[in-house]
Amino acid sequence: MNISYIIKFAIDLIAVLLLALGLKGLSKVRSARQANRLAAIAMGLAVAGVLINYLSTSGISIAAWTWIVLGTAIGGLLGLLTAIQVPMTSMPETVALFNGCGGMSSLLVAIAVFLFPLTNRSADLSNGKVELASIVVSVFVGAITFSGSIVAMAKLQGWLSTPIWTQSKLRHLFNIVFASLSLIAAIELIRGGQQGLWLLVVGSSLLGIGVTLPIGGADMPVVISLLNSYSGVAAAAAGFVVGSQLLIVAGAMVGAAGLILTQVMCNGMNRSLVSVLFGGALGANSSSKQASGEYKNITSCSVEECALTLEAAERVVIVPGYGLAVAQAQHTLREVTRALEAGGIEVNYAIHPVAGRMPGHMNVLLAEADVPYEQLKEMDAINPEFPATDVVLVLGANDVVNPQAKSDSNSPLYGMPVLDVQEARTVFVVKRGMNAGYSGIKNDLFELTNTSMIFGDAKKVLGDLLVELKELGVGKKN
Amino acid sequence: MSFLSEAIWVLLLGSLLGLELIGKVPPTLHTPLMSGANAISGITILAALTLIIKAENNTTLLLMGSIALGFALFNVVGGFLVTDRMLAMFSRKPSRRK
Repeated sequence: MNISYIIKFAIDLIAVLLLALGLKGLSKVRSARQANRLAAIAMGLAVAGVLINYLSTSGISIAAWTWIVLGTAIGGLLGLLTAIQVPMTSMPETVALFNGCGGMSSLLVAIAVFLFPLTNRSADLSNGKVELASIVVSVFVGAITFSGSIVAMAKLQGWLSTPIWTQSKLRHLFNIVFASLSLIAAIELIRGGQQGLWLLVVGSSLLGIGVTLPIGGADMPVVISLLNSYSGVAAAAAGFVVGSQLLIVAGAMVGAAGLILTQVMCNGMNRSLVSVLFGGALGANSSSKQASGEYKNITSCSVEECALTLEAAERVVIVPGYGLAVAQAQHTLREVTRALEAGGIEVNYAIHPVAGRMPGHMNVLLAEADVPYEQLKEMDAINPEFPATDVVLVLGANDVVNPQAKSDSNSPLYGMPVLDVQEARTVFVVKRGMNAGYSGIKNDLFELTNTSMIFGDAKKVLGDLLVELKELGVGKKN
Repeated sequence: MSFLSEAIWVLLLGSLLGLELIGKVPPTLHTPLMSGANAISGITILAALTLIIKAENNTTLLLMGSIALGFALFNVVGGFLVTDRMLAMFSRKPSRRK
């Protein structure tokens, strides 16, 4: 055991420790940012460990350095640019894209090792079956992660819609075919057949697409979290392929932690993982019944009326949703609420756990606009306060304020926790049009007598509202 | 002990550690946590690096390793930066307000 081996060993241990601490710290608000940096440092250490190990043993050739620098420069630069430029509103799809690329990497490594078996690796891995089995797992999970993540990203970006045929039972048949194809290919591979590889790549890629495509947008965060867990598994499998324990432990950790996070997110939406994965899009399967019903008795009102009502209010609750995020209206909203607060009106924000496209989405956006952390109320804290609230302003949220979830046991939303905004004296809903929400389900809230609709883009409406409030003298010091 | 049996122990203990690390997560942190964990899963950079170093002038292998490295690094760099951007918005809050 030489000194460089010991150094590499020590570095690996420290890296694992830091990664674990990082992951742990990321689940607490206070420590999250440092924890993220800690994990990044751990990653750097791990890379250094690998390089030191090879430098002091077999050496690293010039050709290898060239390709390392090339890959690093391109991948790193693209990652940097993407991370800096992407707007906060499209975080979910960005995470999906990154995740897919991680899966792709494991997939490529496994394919490469299969095509060109490495020389001088750990002796007992080269004797065939175990290595082949880990290659199979790495290819299978890597391909599913990649194709699934890309489909998830495309759906969130709006590049792909949910095709109608994917909502029929037929999709299960397709997926069973893809799964069987992958299984046959896997067996062929392990028995030593070369042809199995491409069949496995194609089969598992199609399976990833087939499973992700039918899932509705509201469930996408859960799917991304699950795919994130998969990419951990793929990394662990790649660890078996190249014989790296650090890779195995880090991959296993992410895989397991991702699974827990997926479960936590499912609980937040009162959905089971099984129904998310195999249930199809919410609402689509029962759309024939009440879901796509016509709206009657809609009251729409002007911004002016809304301003007058707000002026007379004492307690106002803002319910932000995806519409706010799309319109990038968080800063305008903040100006409106500043004016209201200056006028002595108490303002709170009701944050539904899955408002927006991703849990925590609204918190991020509002934090960006300088909304005080203490004013963001979680659902359980704010729900009892709605009866004592004068005005609720719903900004581009829909399904999370649908009373059907509590009142109508036939509704596909039934059982999902919602914000009880209808309990407030007056509800204003700012919305671009009468289109259904992400689940495609009719919202009974809009027909209630204490609800008024203000049609328009959230940013424009809030801008107009600000002007009206100023004219009324709200927030002026007198 | 052979690499295989060691590796299986590592896999088992790593999974258990992952299960224990995350217990209660406030909804606020779901997205950053997912994004951070996602960046960590880009640890496959190590596999890609190993592949390149052991490629021994096999150009196809070098190329594949390099592409794999690029993909993984895209995941790692982008993932950590994006997570940091998200978390920066939370952390500056209490200090300024209170």
